[in-house]
Amino acid sequence: MLYSIMINTRDLTIKGTLELLKKKEISVEELVSSCLNIIESKNPEINAVLTVNENALDEAQQFSNLTPLRPRLREGAAISQFNNKPLLGIPIILKDAYSTKGLRTTAASKVLENYIPPFDATVVKKLKEAGAIILGKANMDAWAHGSSGENSDFGPTKNPYDLSRTPGGSSSGSAAALAAGMSLASTGTDTGGSIRLPASFTNLVGLKPTYGRVSRYGIIAMGSSFDSIGHFTKDVYDNALILSVTAGHDSLDGTTSKLDVPKYHLKLETSMRGKKIGIVKEFTHSGIDSKVDEVTQKTIKTMERLGGEFIEVSLPHVEYAIETYYILVPAEVSSNLGRMTGTRFGKGRELFGDEAKRRIMIGTYTLSSGYYDAYYNKALKVRTRIKQDFDQAFEKVDALLCPVSPTLPFKLGEKANDPLAMYLSDIFVAPMNLAGVPALSVPAGSVEGLPVGIQFVTKQFDEQLLYQVAYAYEQARGPIENLKINT
Amino acid sequence: MNNYIPVIGLEIHVELSTKSKMFCGCPADWFGKAPNSQTCPVCLGLPGALPVANKQAIKWTIKIAQALECTVPNISKFDRKHYFYPDLSKSFQLSQYDEPIGQHGSFSVHFDSIENKKKFRIRRVHLEEDAGKLIHDGKVSLVDYNRSGVPLVEIVTEPDFHDSSDVKRFLEELQTLIRSLGVSDVNMEEGSMRLEPNISVARRGGEDREIGGGGGEEEKLGGGVELPNYKVEVKNINSFKFVKNAIDYEVTRHIEILEKGETPVQETRGYVEATGKTISQRSKEEAHDYRYFPEPDIPQLEFSEEEKNPPLPELPTAQLEKYVNEHSIKFEDAFIITHDPLLINYFEQLLVILIRQPAEKDLGVVTPAKLASMLVNKRISSQDSPEVSIQKASTATQQVKTDEVALSQSITKVVQENEKAVSDYKSGKETVIMFLVGKVMKEMNGQADPSLVKERLTTALKK
Repeated sequence: MLYSIMINTRDLTIKGTLELLKKKEISVEELVSSCLNIIESKNPEINAVLTVNENALDEAQQFSNLTPLRPRLREGAAISQFNNKPLLGIPIILKDAYSTKGLRTTAASKVLENYIPPFDATVVKKLKEAGAIILGKANMDAWAHGSSGENSDFGPTKNPYDLSRTPGGSSSGSAAALAAGMSLASTGTDTGGSIRLPASFTNLVGLKPTYGRVSRYGIIAMGSSFDSIGHFTKDVYDNALILSVTAGHDSLDGTTSKLDVPKYHLKLETSMRGKKIGIVKEFTHSGIDSKVDEVTQKTIKTMERLGGEFIEVSLPHVEYAIETYYILVPAEVSSNLGRMTGTRFGKGRELFGDEAKRRIMIGTYTLSSGYYDAYYNKALKVRTRIKQDFDQAFEKVDALLCPVSPTLPFKLGEKANDPLAMYLSDIFVAPMNLAGVPALSVPAGSVEGLPVGIQFVTKQFDEQLLYQVAYAYEQARGPIENLKINT
Repeated sequence: MNNYIPVIGLEIHVELSTKSKMFCGCPADWFGKAPNSQTCPVCLGLPGALPVANKQAIKWTIKIAQALECTVPNISKFDRKHYFYPDLSKSFQLSQYDEPIGQHGSFSVHFDSIENKKKFRIRRVHLEEDAGKLIHDGKVSLVDYNRSGVPLVEIVTEPDFHDSSDVKRFLEELQTLIRSLGVSDVNMEEGSMRLEPNISVARRGGEDREIGGGGGEEEKLGGGVELPNYKVEVKNINSFKFVKNAIDYEVTRHIEILEKGETPVQETRGYVEATGKTISQRSKEEAHDYRYFPEPDIPQLEFSEEEKNPPLPELPTAQLEKYVNEHSIKFEDAFIITHDPLLINYFEQLLVILIRQPAEKDLGVVTPAKLASMLVNKRISSQDSPEVSIQKASTATQQVKTDEVALSQSITKVVQENEKAVSDYKSGKETVIMFLVGKVMKEMNGQADPSLVKERLTTALKK
């Protein structure tokens, strides 16, 4: 190793790290090197990273003029570099669904085992331009199909808080890597909860942005009308900072909005006094683990203390959300995976795993002539109703507060052979993808040494309010006790 | 044959000549380029790549739809059409299913006169993307994706054709129309216009039923025609003549089968140029379920009234009618001019001068009809400036004012001075007449109408 100093990246936020870099207390190379060390030592156990960027240390060198080793650069020039590059030197790990130029991208499927994209996804380009250092590619459920990471063709990822449990999925590796200190942020995709569920299981802040807020260009598609491109961080500030970089219109993605992108992280402080927060009536049913529910109730009390007013709202059609989701998403999956024929990406479609095959078959069936109206078209209509439910709710309230997962992080293998039970893990998170609204999973407590998250939801394109509510909560919540990384 | 009526519908693909491809920024001009040199992640269908619709191509498709008198809806969209083939990079083609840009139109075609005009219904005009090309080279097959994603407009007619000659005329007219819009070079050799007739043969004598699909003016075939319950699609046709041949071949083949009391198989057949025959390619049993669904990556298209009604140039059919009805131009001349982009452009310039300057300059009896005739007969040339041609025409028409007395004297003189030629003529060597006409014209110092000279000379020699 080049640098003997080991930085404790597990406890570092991006904000704190940037301060240390500015003060030249640490260097980018030391930071990158420390993360790579953790990957090297811990990844064999956690299996969070599939591919390491061998050039990461070289890329860190571009910032060596900012390091304590070469203190030649004038102070002013250094500060302007930080202003131009809001993520200068920040090590990031990308879900392996993000196309990275020259760096293997597999979507955790053997079908793409040898695929090296000739281009960067728009978000990857933006992160690089902002100064981030891409350390590697994170494990995931293959093609993002799953809620536990167990559908990866390269083995399941383990939860750093309890290696016998899942970190949640499908962005399993991204969450586990960040929690274990392998990077200072990581990216994911959220089609039906795939960022929020793992964030909740690994004590992280996970964002599912509004559909159309962040470009999907270059991200291997799962359900094209659902896929939301988000990220994991340790706190709300870091999360808002990254969205300020990744959000915005992209001429390569016709579904991105032209709405201005605020500097979300600069406007986090706002009073909760008089803010109306909705509790979803349909989410208070008995299926929820009572200990998880206790954390939710505690969160409500905290928000009330801040001046928030709680109102019960109804989303009458969300009871059909999972059914609707599992008709529409597989239809889009069956179409999107058609190109993986084996003629150009190296490996044949006989390597598709069971879950991919299941979704391809369901989707092919529901789109077939004679069945289209009964399934796909009907599900589209229900989706419209669910959207309207959210619209109506947001006429009454500023934000919704709901659980993320009905259970604690479950044991690896517990639901692996029961697809239906696995699908129900997403019961509180999938409806937001049907509606296209933004949602944030925020750490809220721990039960039996396992993390529990809470979810805030706002109306479309109101990520600013989403972050403000979450930030107010985070400040009032205080540190979460009884959590320990076990690796 | 009299017991049968061919029922033919057409699918025509037209490649638009936009600068870039339909859903990415790659150049659309693929023809003759090094394989896979005009590609990007989008048209290669790489994982994660997304399509963005080409606005120019949409505007041009609306133009075609309007020129074919289609209804353009307020909202349109793209759909995914799924099938597996190596030249289809995404394993689905972006096309339009139930909301095509052009709906329920028609196109009228003149035959040999201004009165003889037939109207054929257009079912739909939609926009889609082309696939790549497979190149079979010995034992290997190679894929060239240069053509992948090139904008393609599909025009579908109702089955309103009953005669292969009508089809040929229709296609010629359609080619002229699209060329006049400046949206495609409609070049058959380079594949920028491709033709697929759907052919079946109806038997007379059944109950009297309407033929043709929904919408537009329903047409009834007399004599009680039973609607065919099958159709044969013929592909790989790259000339209008071959379309006619293919239809004629198919109609004869179908009648032979029907005569035996059987029904032709519903299938796709390919036309073989060398033999003029068609061969079976794919039967109904292998027909695809395309699993269409709305393309989620492209927001639906919303058209304003202005976008739905773009300005169109004067269309060739309207020009033809204007020439014949308003300018009294002979149908044949008007037809030739309106079907040649160079000639029509030039002729319109001539008309402008003619209409603007009649008072200032003595143009004699130059009429649009005369100009048209001279242009078609190459007595004036589009190589000259319009002013020069007008002057030529003016001079030529002024020559018509022949001095009859002088002509009579000149003829007498020439007959007397050219005894050998006159006797040759009288002994049957009729071509000599032009020699004598030339002599008379010289006597007249060129101030005579050559045809009148010839006429008078012939009369004189018969005496």
